Amino acid sequence: MKIIALIAVILAGGMLIYAGQDLPAFGDPESPAYQHPIIEHYITHAETESGVGNIVTALLANYRGYDTLGEVTVIFTAGMTVILLLRRREI
Amino acid sequence: MSGIIEIIFAEFNYWIYVTLMMIGFYAMIAKKNLIKKVIGANIFQTAIFLFYISLAEVKGGTAPILLHGHDGADAAHKAVSEVIYVNPLPHVLILTAIVVAVSTTAVALALIIKIYEEYGSLEEDVILAYRRQLQPEFSEHARQKQEGEQ
Amino acid sequence: MSGIQESIVIRTVVRIMVPFIQIFALYVIMHGASGPGGGFQGGVIFGAGIILYAMIYGHKEGKQRMSDKLNRILSSSGVAIFAVTGISCLVFGGMFLQYGVVPLLPDNPAVVSRLLIDVVEIGIGITVLAVMISLFFDVSPPETDEEELPASEEAGQ
Repeated sequence: MKIIALIAVILAGGMLIYAGQDLPAFGDPESPAYQHPIIEHYITHAETESGVGNIVTALLANYRGYDTLGEVTVIFTAGMTVILLLRRREI
Repeated sequence: MSGIIEIIFAEFNYWIYVTLMMIGFYAMIAKKNLIKKVIGANIFQTAIFLFYISLAEVKGGTAPILLHGHDGADAAHKAVSEVIYVNPLPHVLILTAIVVAVSTTAVALALIIKIYEEYGSLEEDVILAYRRQLQPEFSEHARQKQEGEQ
Repeated sequence: MSGIQESIVIRTVVRIMVPFIQIFALYVIMHGASGPGGGFQGGVIFGAGIILYAMIYGHKEGKQRMSDKLNRILSSSGVAIFAVTGISCLVFGGMFLQYGVVPLLPDNPAVVSRLLIDVVEIGIGITVLAVMISLFFDVSPPETDEEELPASEEAGQ
């Protein structure tokens, strides 16, 4: 059983390495993810549009604020789920 | 020969992430202990985080935090205008993913605690055997139905 | 009560360190707009401070610092702060979470946006710290009461 698992893991890893040859090199400034115009917009306009110097915070709270609201709801729901499953005393 | 080494070195982040990911994958499919499965899932998630963060890296880039103050002098502004910032978007996506990973781990551990309270074991074999012993007519019925279909 | 919890060195160091951990967490939350930091990171650090205190001093002492009732209030009020901030932007005629339209400072939408992003980060931090602490208290095994333990040892002798 462990042999089958090992073979499956090695096959999947080999496929991922084979597919990874086409990906851009580490730190390549010409990579498609960095050349997309939205990145340039984020870096140059984040401070004038959001007023914060940390671009990650500007993205998190302003451009992707709806996503972050969902994320906070996810962690709140996880906390409530654990309370429902494990809370021992009656409230 | 040196060309091959250069290719491997240029993409060493993919080698690292594939290795980590396969360690987590193996733990998830081969280990019988439920806690070890959860640890494997966490290693898998961490491999994905490293992959995304390494995609954000730009040679000579700095963290995506603007280097000048709000009312910085013009000279200072001009000096830092040449700074290369790394790609900020994967950092934000992974900040989201880390929080989701914490939430899924917490819920998984809570469910494992309930499973342990019910069955007294965390081994998959023991739990499945106990379930079959608990409801023999259920598994027998399912087996007969499967045979009848064939 | 294990050996670590009885060690006088660890108890003293934890008692001294916890306020500094919490101050650092508040700094990380409030510094999220201009430097490395943010609500998630600061909330986790704040929660870790109280979790450290509860690990060393026991659940009962930890629950005195962060009771279940306070925890429920905080974990839901953080989400509410975020959502109310977003809806207040709707009230002033913008889109959901379009911070610049709130007329706190009419001439300077970027500064308003910065202030409201700080409010949102505080909301995120409150939710994350409350959820982290409640996860710790629920997932960790139930402790034997501190009064019962010496009595049972005497009975054993």
